[in-house]
Amino acid sequence: MGQGMRSLFELPRFSRRSFLVASAAIGGGFTIGVNPFGSIAVAGGVENSPEVTPWLTIRPDDTVVIRSPFDEMGQGSLTGIAQLVVEELECDWNNVTWELPTPATSIARERVWGEFRTDSSASIRASHEHLRKTGAAARMMLVQAAANGWNVPVAECTVAKGVISHKTQNRRTTYGQVAALAARLEVPKDVRLKDPKDWTIIGKPVKRPDTVDRVTGKQIYGADIVLPGMRNAAIRACPVFGGKVKRVDSGIAQAMPGVEKVLRVGDSAVAVVADTWWHAKMAIDAVVVDWETGESASVSSASINAMLTEGLSARDAFLHVKTGSSSAAIAGAARRIEAIYDYPFQTHACMEPMNATALYTPARCEVWCGSQHPDGALEAVARAAGLPLDQCDVHRVALGGGFGRRLFTEHVTQAVRIAKEMPGTPVKLLWSREEDITQGTYHPVMKAKLTGGLTSDGQLAGLELRLSGQSIMTTYMPSELDNGRDLEVFRGLYLQGREGLEYWAQNVTIDHAMRNTHVPAGFWRGVNINHNAIFLECFIDELANAAGQDPLAFRRNLMLFDPKARAVLDAVAEKGGWSNKKSDGRSRGLAQSRTTASYFAALAEISVDGNIVKVHRMVVAIDPGYAVNPAQIERQIASGAVFGLSALFLQECTLKNGCIEQDNFDSYDSLRIAQMPKIESIVMPSGGFWGGVGEGTACLAAPAVLNAYFAATGKRIRSIPLKNHGIKLV
Amino acid sequence: MIELTVNGKSYKIEVEPDTPLLWVIREQVGLTGTKYGCGIGRCGVCTVHIDGKPIHACGLPVSEAAGARITTIEGLSRGDVLHKVQRAWIDNDVPQCGYCQAGMIMAVAALLDRKPKPTDADIDAAITNICRCGTFQQVREAIHMAAKA
Repeated sequence: MGQGMRSLFELPRFSRRSFLVASAAIGGGFTIGVNPFGSIAVAGGVENSPEVTPWLTIRPDDTVVIRSPFDEMGQGSLTGIAQLVVEELECDWNNVTWELPTPATSIARERVWGEFRTDSSASIRASHEHLRKTGAAARMMLVQAAANGWNVPVAECTVAKGVISHKTQNRRTTYGQVAALAARLEVPKDVRLKDPKDWTIIGKPVKRPDTVDRVTGKQIYGADIVLPGMRNAAIRACPVFGGKVKRVDSGIAQAMPGVEKVLRVGDSAVAVVADTWWHAKMAIDAVVVDWETGESASVSSASINAMLTEGLSARDAFLHVKTGSSSAAIAGAARRIEAIYDYPFQTHACMEPMNATALYTPARCEVWCGSQHPDGALEAVARAAGLPLDQCDVHRVALGGGFGRRLFTEHVTQAVRIAKEMPGTPVKLLWSREEDITQGTYHPVMKAKLTGGLTSDGQLAGLELRLSGQSIMTTYMPSELDNGRDLEVFRGLYLQGREGLEYWAQNVTIDHAMRNTHVPAGFWRGVNINHNAIFLECFIDELANAAGQDPLAFRRNLMLFDPKARAVLDAVAEKGGWSNKKSDGRSRGLAQSRTTASYFAALAEISVDGNIVKVHRMVVAIDPGYAVNPAQIERQIASGAVFGLSALFLQECTLKNGCIEQDNFDSYDSLRIAQMPKIESIVMPSGGFWGGVGEGTACLAAPAVLNAYFAATGKRIRSIPLKNHGIKLV
Repeated sequence: MIELTVNGKSYKIEVEPDTPLLWVIREQVGLTGTKYGCGIGRCGVCTVHIDGKPIHACGLPVSEAAGARITTIEGLSRGDVLHKVQRAWIDNDVPQCGYCQAGMIMAVAALLDRKPKPTDADIDAAITNICRCGTFQQVREAIHMAAKA
């Protein structure tokens, strides 16, 4: 990060001891576990085959089980993690699987696997060294165990695909056969990793091993959990965030079929527990609640907009970047360009609505749910249950989408509070889609005023960027504020570093007028770079246009320091036919950004016919340093494009009387296959660093298309979604 | 009491006749491969076949499905032999989180029954499922792969 700043999401997650720690026997103690591949089994939190290192066990049939602190929500990183281990372990790729230890197991093992949190495109970049080392250490131990058994020097043994051989003695054994012996050896402290040029599986487009259950209906998500004697709950929380339940009339609901209980959940929600979820849902819809909503009930999108507009010129702003004197440079410039941009609230709308299943007894509380932050979920369970952490646990189930939403745990708290009213009976709480859209943790609303000065020969003399809008960290983790300042809000705008500006930055001022609302703000794939990339990349286009320069050339002239940033931009320009502008009736727009340490550039190719827009294709280049699985990276690029384009054309959350107005996919729509552009990915790893791949495209889809729209029409659009401008995506 | 035939098996189920078929499949029949996504027939994750035709199970009262041949994702394969759409999905590594894929696959299988060699325009018109992971490019490729299989 530039200016010595530290982002919460860049913290190292593993201590050295988490690699070097010796193996330990795993205690059981978990009554019911869920196999991440689907079937509910009566088993421990982790399995009991020989533990070669804490990160992997090997079954007698040679299956290698990797323990992952990260969860699978569609991003495919568990496959990449397995590739990292297998590269050094030298086992057969087809024998690899993984398991998800519970957070209570993690605490009992002194957090040997680091933090259980999946976000910020960080799984691989946070863990690659540990995982390769654990693979290498395990290989050394396995070979040592075989050598000991044969009474030969370890140097005379060779290994390939999990088979250990000694040539002259004509001996042969497998990892599964020596795993128990290897597990008793000390983990070697001096582990040499392969040179990247010798990698054979890192960098290969191997397929995900966990696909079959996802096409046969066998994959179990949180919403699918069924436990013996389980009841189902539906819930309604106060539609005005922060409001409370005043009075509940449940007369009709109590008498409806299957209903067992109508209850208050905390002070802000009402739930129905019934035999089936459908009965619970019907009944919660029949419950009449009076809410105590306070002043927030008068908040509307218009009132928030007025507050943010005031912030654009307010004196109370947190300074972030100041180089030279932007005001003097702009005042002295030949031309002054100014623009105001808007980014609305967005919600995640994961296909699987929020849910959690809880079983409470006075002695113990267990929860089953898909979570991006199982450690946080465990803390939520313990708090809601009123039990110590070691009497609670969370079983990690596959996530039906995450996108940042499942970092939050309020649905876990609700489920435990409900289950606490029914000790000994498991209860599954499933939010309706309406609850999911109206009770989100929203992409923060943000406004920006950008001012630029151009010299008479079209050089950028100075730039000012004032952000005015909501802070995520104030909602999520106020302790991480820096003297009140939210550093996350400047992601993509740091002076240098892994999410830095890639432009020449003399006479630049960037600051933030924090304007919080009662709407909870959260992490939404791409997070603050979503708006910052629109603000900056569209405004750069505006400056280029004002200077009468080609937007590619204008950008390149400002990208003086980092050839890798220029390389991805050049790559999309070349493949996207930038120099053939308009020759085919199509218009093109560019955008680039450094996101989660990777270099991203995008080119959108569109055509415009009146109010109809077709995005024909997007060319996206990424330099992630090392590309562990190019096929999965291509999928993340296409995935990010859909996420970003959905928001750009179709999505926003608005407020009326303090409530979110949208409540389902009819009012919060999402891209369909007919609207999907062709995505051409250029994966160009240059080596030397590890970058994330899941988010950058989500951030660049919008500015690239907005710039293409300007190229097509001469009209600059500065607020989204485009449906508000009468524009229809086909 | 309603009699249903799901994946070739008959069930006698005690349930209010206006209960959506989706919830009867998930909660009474006990097949959870068919998912809940919106409850208003907009997202398609609950797609099943009724007499071979794709339908959003979240909006269909179970009474209207009585006597019909209902197929869910669990009944698409023949024993261990996967349907060609499922095979194409595996070959092309389509699913990401996978939650919407059962509905997507059921919609595609029905399309291929009706149009064995669909054009891109046929796909655009017939496949309206939402996938928040954005698997559409792989979905389209896999549909063409399955059509050639």
